[in-house]
Amino acid sequence: MFTPDLLDKSSQLRRKWEDEVKRTVEKHADQKESWTTLSDMDIKRLYGPEDIKDMDFARDIGYPGQFPYLRGNQVTGYRGKYWTFRMFSGMSTAVETNRRWHYLLQAGQTGLSTAFDFPTLMGYDTDSPRAKGECGKCGVAIDTIDDFQDLIQGIPLDKITTSMTINPPASVLWAMYIASAELQGVPLDKIGGTIQNDMLKEFIAQKTFMCPPDPSVKLISDTVEFGTHHVPKWNTISISGYHIREAGSTAVQELAFTLRDGMEYIEDATRRKGLHVDQFAQRLSFFFNAHIDFFEEIAKLRAARRIWARALKERYGAQDPRSLWMRFHTQTAGCSLTAQQPYNNVVRTAIEALAAVLGGTQSLHTNSLDEVFCLPSDSAVQIAIRTQQIIAEETGAANTIDPLAGSYFVESLTNQMEEAAWDYIHKIDDMGGMVKAIERGFPQMELSDAAYKFQRQIDSGEKTMVGINKYVEAEEQVNIPIVDIDESIEEEQLRRLAAVKRSRDSRYVAECLNDVLTVCKKGDNVMPTVIAAVKAHATVQEVCDVYREVYGEYRDPGIY
Amino acid sequence: MSRKLRVLIAKPGLDGHDRGAKVLARAFRDEGYEVIYTGCHQTPEMIAAVAIQEDVDLVGLSCLSGAHNYLFPQVTRLLKEEGADDIVVMGGGIIPEQDHAALHEAGIAAIFGPGTPLDAITGWINDNVKPRD
Amino acid sequence: MANLGERVLAGDIRAASRLIRNLEDGIPDTDLIMKDIFLKTGKSHVIGITGAPGAGKSTLTDELIAAFRKKDRSVGVMAVDPSSPFTGGAILGDRIRMMRHAEDKKVFVRSMASRGNMGGLSKAVGESIHVMDVLGQEVIIVETCGVGQQEVDIINHAHTVIVVLVPGMGDEVQALKAGLMEIADIFVINKADRDGAGKLYKEVLSVIEMSSRNCGGDGWTIPVLMVESVLEPHKFAASVAALGEKIEEHHQYLVANNLIEARIRNKTAAELNEALWASIMQPVLNELNAEGEFEMMVDQLMKRHIDPYTLAREIAGRYMKRSPCGDGSSADQS
Ligand SMILES: Nc1nc2c(ncn2[C@@H]2O[C@H](COP(=O)(O)OP(=O)(O)O)[C@@H](O)[C@H]2O)c(=O)[nH]1
Ligand SMILES: [Mg+2]
Repeated sequence: MFTPDLLDKSSQLRRKWEDEVKRTVEKHADQKESWTTLSDMDIKRLYGPEDIKDMDFARDIGYPGQFPYLRGNQVTGYRGKYWTFRMFSGMSTAVETNRRWHYLLQAGQTGLSTAFDFPTLMGYDTDSPRAKGECGKCGVAIDTIDDFQDLIQGIPLDKITTSMTINPPASVLWAMYIASAELQGVPLDKIGGTIQNDMLKEFIAQKTFMCPPDPSVKLISDTVEFGTHHVPKWNTISISGYHIREAGSTAVQELAFTLRDGMEYIEDATRRKGLHVDQFAQRLSFFFNAHIDFFEEIAKLRAARRIWARALKERYGAQDPRSLWMRFHTQTAGCSLTAQQPYNNVVRTAIEALAAVLGGTQSLHTNSLDEVFCLPSDSAVQIAIRTQQIIAEETGAANTIDPLAGSYFVESLTNQMEEAAWDYIHKIDDMGGMVKAIERGFPQMELSDAAYKFQRQIDSGEKTMVGINKYVEAEEQVNIPIVDIDESIEEEQLRRLAAVKRSRDSRYVAECLNDVLTVCKKGDNVMPTVIAAVKAHATVQEVCDVYREVYGEYRDPGIY
Repeated sequence: MSRKLRVLIAKPGLDGHDRGAKVLARAFRDEGYEVIYTGCHQTPEMIAAVAIQEDVDLVGLSCLSGAHNYLFPQVTRLLKEEGADDIVVMGGGIIPEQDHAALHEAGIAAIFGPGTPLDAITGWINDNVKPRD
Repeated sequence: MANLGERVLAGDIRAASRLIRNLEDGIPDTDLIMKDIFLKTGKSHVIGITGAPGAGKSTLTDELIAAFRKKDRSVGVMAVDPSSPFTGGAILGDRIRMMRHAEDKKVFVRSMASRGNMGGLSKAVGESIHVMDVLGQEVIIVETCGVGQQEVDIINHAHTVIVVLVPGMGDEVQALKAGLMEIADIFVINKADRDGAGKLYKEVLSVIEMSSRNCGGDGWTIPVLMVESVLEPHKFAASVAALGEKIEEHHQYLVANNLIEARIRNKTAAELNEALWASIMQPVLNELNAEGEFEMMVDQLMKRHIDPYTLAREIAGRYMKRSPCGDGSSADQS
């Protein structure tokens, strides 16, 4: 990277500086002995040319739109288009969520995003005994395509993209979307959006699971294959590190496990479906966490792009440059927020959002200050979305592409992240891949250790969380308006579901479900039969019960 | 010849946010308690049955799905039905202040919100929960 | 206290779990309850499952419960996990694998921490088995890990002992030679999805062929069962059901050949041993320790002021009407 002459100069000057530091520290000791990132990576007092001297500009840095895409995929950066302002939302009933969606579109949001309630997420209907007390609590309840129709009422499916945070029953909810597009008369090659559909991180972190890992990945490859042939603009997997981080991982673990998950999906779809990587790699997107350690997060996001490009090119032989692009959505860290002094959360979220932007995210969700308590209120959501607008249009942070490139510190940290991530990736390769590693409990155990260590560091004051272990207000009065979910919506949803079940042609539903069963047993792609089943008003659970029957049910191994 | 505190950590409901529950399980082990952890996605019926079979002194419920107003009282009710209301039940997770009174009323002895230090929880237990004779 | 025993005999789960707690905590006078219970025991088939930590014993136990429940047997499980040597606490991780049976009234699962090597664990497990027996559990599964003396003592409470082996965990075959061979009635090769399951199967078979227990002893040919991977739930269930059949076959074999008597006799003798220890040695030691006499005697020994044999006779004389070993003269007089 540098001429020998410059390095020489630098090392002379550095020695001089180091001497002075030594003298000063003898007089005034540093505030603490070790300085690390949030994830315990050691950080030096100062970085200089020596720290990145082994980098090769063309090989490791380069320009936007050029391999290894460290500096972004888009040649024009944010000047052509800001990132997508995408706020996650979903409440109680489909009608209520639809109302919120229209509000957000008016407020300037450019893409929709849905949260589902827990029964829907786990593949249970509202009338299942397991769903009792949960209906509509953390998102919208969807039992049948009738609910789905209410959800998208008045939303033009050919113009607005929708992201659905759904995992085990992803194929079913996606089938509802596809069926609804057909009913709206929108051709499938015109609809766009994302289903999260990332089961590996569920086993690792979020624990929303249904069937064992291997068949879960099979179902995902079904959607990849179907999307490739019929819904080409759809992002079939949103490979998520967000939840891994929320479950207590370090930044490196988030990076490594997420990318290795992505590699597992590529390997499965090519092996099981015979697809070529260039046929579908462009439809894989990623979802990262933006935590509170500013530079660590920027380095993580930059490293992610470079690792992915290298892996796609070198491991999987992708030819199409677009296959090498890592496209990702980012959400600020829910776990960095505090219930204590909650207005501080606005500040945290703003800094995290700025890191995501400087890291080059293509899409962003900013948390609302009250997310620690409940579903966000309208006014809190407004601050959150204004935060993004301020970053985009007031701060100037979006004026220049990858503005921190070339920083000794940021480049060095980016390299460090990449190296540590590859170490994990190779370790998992040695175990036989991510599914095998999960079956052994490896990533789960890593997370569990990291989470416990972090909690101990907070308790001992080694790490600071303002309002939790430092600058604590003794008698705090929290005055946050709480959004309450009316308990009566469960009854209402039960009535709706009962009505659908009464009015549908149940013989035909049974036939459709039997078709799903047959296809599952044969190992064929489930999508066509699932679309037919949801059109016949089969419920989410009815389809999922078929999956459970054929593939078995996965129970929490509770690895601690 | 000494009693050890036996604790059940349980996650009722459908959410899978088990970070807190697992951290707590480890902290309790390090405090010298004997801990049984149920894993995610348990029904109140399962939790009550396990609490009784394992003869625990304390049940810690963790729920982040918002369904605590139904699930927590359900556990205490079932324990009571079995004559096991001498088992102390505490709760944690995202529990809005406004729900606390009703939960206490329903027999939840303590509620720990996000950000509670582990020492505060073990401290409360050491002061308030004794192995039953 | 007596009330607790009556409640257990009446089938009260809560009383039973409390009684088990008293047994493991070593609460005094629990023997006064156990004496009534003992007379009503002996109906259950006790199965021991042992193997290295992480071998999949709890996962297997969970599926065995399901298999027995399909045949409408009631099932009790005693699952022992190690305590932390540093804090004395424990996370008892077996139960989590068996949660799907939590609501089944005919399944009673109980976790127990090993609490170090302080002794008494085997006694507590043995007595807990009695409690489950009188509660009406037709099958009782005892899960314990490792092959230390303590574990072997525990597993000796069982009529049928299953040793679980896993490919790629290292010294399985070595462990076989070192003693597992002596206690196993059935070998299970677990985690068939792992490389080397077939190889391990052959190795175990050849060790069995060479062992004396195969040809002589009780005459039971020790079977080696490959259990399908839990990752293939349907196949796993089917192969564990087959294991369940094998277990029953072993039990029938013991009954048919009057061998169950021999097994129970050993266990019963051990129980008498433990009861004697608890009612004779333990109180004596407690008293000596309480008054610091024990340590004082050790001091004396260190200084060679006296020898342990004389001390022992002296103490025996203090507590017993008759000296324990006899002095040659009194032997024929009684
Ligand atoms: N790959 C694989 N893992 C298994 C199998 N059976 C159990 N396991 C896993 O091994 C781990 C330990 O299992 P557990 O039953 O708790 O073992 P125990 O310590 O012997 O009781 C768990 O993560 C199980 O899911 C199997 O057949 N194949
Ligand atoms: Mg176990």
